Amino acid sequence: MTTPNALTIGGARGVVELKQFFRERDSVVFTFTFPAVLLMMLGSVFDDAGAAGVSGGQVLTASFAAAGIVSTSFVNLGSALAVERDDGTLKRLRSLPMPPVSFFLGKIVLVVVASFAELVLLLAIGVLMFDVALPSDPAAWLTMAWLFALGITSCSLLGIAASSLSRSARSAGAVTTLPYTVLLFISGVYVPLQTVPDWMADVGAVFPVRWLAQGFRAALLPERMAAYEPAGHWELGKAAVILALWCIGGLVLCLTTFRWRSRLTR
Amino acid sequence: MNDSAIRVRGLRKTYGSTTAVAGLDLDVRRGETLAVLGPNGAGKSTTVQILSAQLPRDGGAVTVLGTDPAGADRRFRSRLGIVSQTANDLLELTVAEVVRHFAAYYPRPRDPGRVLDEVGLAGQAKQKLRQLSGGQRRRVDVALGVVGNPELLFLDEPTTGFDPEARRRFWDLIRSLAADGTTILLTTHYLDEAEALADRIAVIAAGRIRASGTVADLVDDREVTVAWRDGAKTTDTPTALIAELSAAHGGEIPGLTVTRPSLEDAYLRLTGQETAA
Repeated sequence: MTTPNALTIGGARGVVELKQFFRERDSVVFTFTFPAVLLMMLGSVFDDAGAAGVSGGQVLTASFAAAGIVSTSFVNLGSALAVERDDGTLKRLRSLPMPPVSFFLGKIVLVVVASFAELVLLLAIGVLMFDVALPSDPAAWLTMAWLFALGITSCSLLGIAASSLSRSARSAGAVTTLPYTVLLFISGVYVPLQTVPDWMADVGAVFPVRWLAQGFRAALLPERMAAYEPAGHWELGKAAVILALWCIGGLVLCLTTFRWRSRLTR
Repeated sequence: MNDSAIRVRGLRKTYGSTTAVAGLDLDVRRGETLAVLGPNGAGKSTTVQILSAQLPRDGGAVTVLGTDPAGADRRFRSRLGIVSQTANDLLELTVAEVVRHFAAYYPRPRDPGRVLDEVGLAGQAKQKLRQLSGGQRRRVDVALGVVGNPELLFLDEPTTGFDPEARRRFWDLIRSLAADGTTILLTTHYLDEAEALADRIAVIAAGRIRASGTVADLVDDREVTVAWRDGAKTTDTPTALIAELSAAHGGEIPGLTVTRPSLEDAYLRLTGQETAA
């Protein structure tokens, strides 16, 4: 008797996850394009050339690259899991001869593909609408690569943990969208960090969004823009450490809180 | 080779302060089809979920296919088929996609195309689950339950929402699975379904088995009701009573009916739902 291996099943899960995500019109139109729509609007409002010859649209493109991948990992995964726990998807999957790791492999495939597509979409908007120049330095691309990897890992794990807070599918969106929106405000995405009260910025500095956004600004903006960051430089090392710590903390939270069944259903 | 597919002794399960299963005993032989009948809240679904390793139990001894489901591994799960009560997932996938996908979890799946034929969904293969009617959706759940070629199939109220034709087709499918040697545990509200499919019936109420056996075992046919225009009497010798009445009426008895107890009568008596008619 040959039992299909965990990797094969994980691949099949990935295909099914992608089909379900991109076929659901609501999730594509509203969730997936939400950061792009916000970027287009905010970027157009603040497109005047600002500090050091860099326009608001260009700064926002860099910051929204971070917001976008947080949306496709934390928000999407967190709310999808809450819905799936409520509608019986997880319960059904648990009853199958499926190794749990295959389920998470499928989710990883979905998050990586959706986040990459989101990032490409946001950068394309930046290039086409706000004259963002994509970096020619390979080091900048490498920075974006590790930011992407650490960012979606930490935020996916936190999304999985947050999904357990939601008691039903109806509250699923709110449970991840509220912290997401608050964090975008206090992490220097919607408005520059200098205009955010210190105590708010200090709170934001605890979470991954702030460091992702700062990191993407480091990769996409001219070096002279570092002067506008709170520390006066990009702090990439600190960003990497904090994101890595969130990966570990998120994993611990997931392992201790993940449930296949809803608390309310039998 | 053990002849027992399911053996349950003293099973208990509580949800908070509610006791769902209160010391239940149950035996199912390999190859047998057992129907579990009982009112809502009797503990049918809870029992099925514990036996199919979907829910932990609070007490009692359970052996399913020689294994304790509390320690279910993949190999054990691959031998089961489960059709749960309500499912509202997988809406964006087509019928053919979900059946093919679910086949991929099992070591020896049935042919997905044949399964679709058997549940009568070949014509809907390319439709998304979102577009299906309630009865069609239920048939998808049944297809997903049998596509893994299970040794033991759990069906929790499988035909709810079926039209009569779909129900007949479903019965044929279950009979052919049973003929192939599949052990089947079926919960249902429909007494005709239990009578049509099951080798044995177990009646459950308030978390305990009230009675189990064949239809003939459950129905006490010594209690025949003879009714006529002026009265009614329950007796185990109806012919003698009718002869007596006939003599008294000088031939024809006005408004004569003779009623043997049905499975429904037995069921209502066992579950304490007898109406004081």
